[in-house]
Amino acid sequence: MWVYVARRIAAVIPVLLVVALIVFMMLRLTPGDPAAVIGGDSATTADIAQIRENLGLDKPMFSQFFIWIGNMLTGNFGESFFYKRPVATLIIDRIEPTLALAISTITLATLLAVPLGTLAAYRQGSWIDRGVMAFSVVSFSVPVFVTGYCLIWLLSVKLGWFPVQGYQNIAAGFGGFIHRLVLPTLALGTIYIALIARMTRTSVLEVLNEDYVRTARAKGLPEMKVVLGHALRNAAVPIVTVIGVGIALLIGGVVVTESVFNIPGLGRLTVDAVLARDYPTVQAVIMLFSVAYVLVNLVIDLLYTVLDPRIRY
Amino acid sequence: MRIVESFKGGVVASSLARGAITTAIAAGLFAAGTLTTQVAQAQTTLRAVMHSDLKIVDPIFTTAYITRNHGYMIYETLFTTDANGDVKPQMVDKYTVSDDKLKWTFTLRDGLVFHDGAPVTSDDVIVSLQRWGSKDATGQKLMSFIKAMTAVDAKTFEISLNSPTGLMLLALGKPSSNVPFIMPKRVAQTPGGEQIREYVGSGPFVFKVDEWKPGDKAVYVKFDKYKPRNEPPSGLAGGHVAKVDRVEWISMPEQQTAVNALVAGEIDLIEQPRHDLLPTLSKSKDVKIIDQNPLGNQYAFRFNTLHKPFDNPKIRAALYEAFNQEDFLQAVIGDPKYYKVCKAMFVCGTPLGSEEGMKDKLESNMNKAKAMLKEAGYDGTPVVLLHSTDLQVLTNLAPVAKSLMERAGFKVDMQSSDWQTVVARRAKKDPPSAGGWNAMLTSWVSADVLNPVSTSFVNASCDKANFGWPCDEQLEKLRDDFARETDPAKQKAIAQAVQNRVVNEFPTHVFLGQWYQPLAHRTNVSGVLEAPAVVLWNIEKK
Repeated sequence: MWVYVARRIAAVIPVLLVVALIVFMMLRLTPGDPAAVIGGDSATTADIAQIRENLGLDKPMFSQFFIWIGNMLTGNFGESFFYKRPVATLIIDRIEPTLALAISTITLATLLAVPLGTLAAYRQGSWIDRGVMAFSVVSFSVPVFVTGYCLIWLLSVKLGWFPVQGYQNIAAGFGGFIHRLVLPTLALGTIYIALIARMTRTSVLEVLNEDYVRTARAKGLPEMKVVLGHALRNAAVPIVTVIGVGIALLIGGVVVTESVFNIPGLGRLTVDAVLARDYPTVQAVIMLFSVAYVLVNLVIDLLYTVLDPRIRY
Repeated sequence: MRIVESFKGGVVASSLARGAITTAIAAGLFAAGTLTTQVAQAQTTLRAVMHSDLKIVDPIFTTAYITRNHGYMIYETLFTTDANGDVKPQMVDKYTVSDDKLKWTFTLRDGLVFHDGAPVTSDDVIVSLQRWGSKDATGQKLMSFIKAMTAVDAKTFEISLNSPTGLMLLALGKPSSNVPFIMPKRVAQTPGGEQIREYVGSGPFVFKVDEWKPGDKAVYVKFDKYKPRNEPPSGLAGGHVAKVDRVEWISMPEQQTAVNALVAGEIDLIEQPRHDLLPTLSKSKDVKIIDQNPLGNQYAFRFNTLHKPFDNPKIRAALYEAFNQEDFLQAVIGDPKYYKVCKAMFVCGTPLGSEEGMKDKLESNMNKAKAMLKEAGYDGTPVVLLHSTDLQVLTNLAPVAKSLMERAGFKVDMQSSDWQTVVARRAKKDPPSAGGWNAMLTSWVSADVLNPVSTSFVNASCDKANFGWPCDEQLEKLRDDFARETDPAKQKAIAQAVQNRVVNEFPTHVFLGQWYQPLAHRTNVSGVLEAPAVVLWNIEKK
């Protein structure tokens, strides 16, 4: 298996090179000029040309690409055009809120959705099943920002239970950290609860009709053991796959959620950088997301072997 | 058997349901930490959502208004403008002018100290002015009159001129970008084309670089050693007394979130709430909406004079007949409370503002516009009009312009994109068919367009002018005359001549009326000053 892991990690390199090339080209081919943005309304043509030269944007495109790749290989992600700070510093400052939101969302979604989906499958056709499915359809159909604003209006503005916006570092107090994370997690989590619950229900339903479940019951095993030990365990592979896909999709969801709840994370950094045409920042953040995506997929693949001993690499 | 199944099913179901509910409750229990730290510093910390995130912190390097506002937090200027638009000393204690008006001597007031503890000296001032004069259009014009700047002693310096100018105080007291802020000599020695890396001023607040998190917040704390002037505050002049210990500029791009946060009391002030959200804010008894900048802003339609059809001044002049301000203002701002039809290029209600000669202009007289186009020989060349789609205060301008232009007989190709793309594209001199442009719309803070020198759209110095690149010797001569003139009455006459030239003979742009951007704050906040820029001294929070 370790050979497989090493091979998968090695395969990351060409993937990242392709991503790097695409990101670099897309940014350069998208209309917009960071020098004109930095110069402001009163900048003359000469001012803008000077800024372009200072930023190295006057160099040929291939030259800019290889300078960037070369710097990245030495661990230098460049300096933000606007903030005049190392991009690595900007990312480190912003990574905690995004990680916190992503982990809390996936944790909440998994902890709620798997029991709900299993329950819906076990009580197929009952009001519980219909309720869970109705919730799934609605949650999956409503955009995150609508859910977010509705939650803010009800739980923050009207009831005053939660803050409207903002993030508190975990180091500044766990209570405040969680308190500020609840609404964004709920807003972002509803879609994932819906997604995972539906998949869990379908998978468990399939397994519940299998012979070995009937056999387990015939042996007189407690129903709890039948459902959790036999049915859910055997339905776990597709569920874990969906959770993995969910983590990847989370990258997009985080961007919107961080904007609605004013969380200074990587999602907002990406949006700000794209709007300002801050090339070094956009490039570095997308590379980071790509690495995360590839690693999540690798972890999911490895988890299959734990969940299903028949799978071997 | 069914009963047993049902019973077992109930046990499993209730167990699973318990798991889900427990998770939900756990989240709720964690949330029970309730509102805590955010209020801890509420009595002395002012939390403001400004119009933009602070990205560039060098107010000489860029003209961005957010950077200008940052400048007012931490730096000081030699002179400033008061609420009446008059220039008043700020860092300067006294000044004298020689009889031949060729030598100005300035003395700095006592107690001026930079945030690093060093006193402000004449050398700091001179180098700061040199850097500002290398970047700012008004500064460049002033520098063209200056023969030498010399330090007499640590607190006194002289400026010798080649010829007299009426621009000296007007330029040194310039209220908007680029403002001639004074920095330590070592910082101001940075070339104007590079950004400074040290942020030390002598103003009422200290910039906390270690707490600045771009895209999140910028933090300022009261400068204990700051000695304000004794005069009461008026506009940007008078005593700059910091009345809160700490100011946080919270970056909040989503306006709806900012409005919710203000209503909930999580922030104290929104510098520029969107006009369509004002009705929501006005319903809250804890929020007050004020017009903090009585001069407001001015919309402008800018021509690219390099390419057909707007390389022909007569075709450009036809738009002064085709356009009317009300349509633009109504389409974007909507509520007449927040806009004013004003046919004065240098802004209504200011010393140089005049509507003389504008009686029949900007009235959408389409017959006259069509006749002018015919006479000018307009051949149907399409006008590439840039349309910005993401800034609420600009979005509806281009469609209105397109509609009015088409009624006058123009062919218009309106091309939509985000504002940053417009900004990049307007800097291109290429023909419209090769990624260039013919016209675009923007807005200025009125304080930037109060006279012919500071108004960058009437700069007609060809390649040295900003985007649009108008080229007109007569207009440049008028601007030079204005800079030389020291008599206010004659200055006004020259400004009038500039307006006549721009409207009737050599249009550089069309001014499309004034609009006002209110500020919203919690009712426990008071002391917001009326000024062309939002300044946070004098503000109290109870």
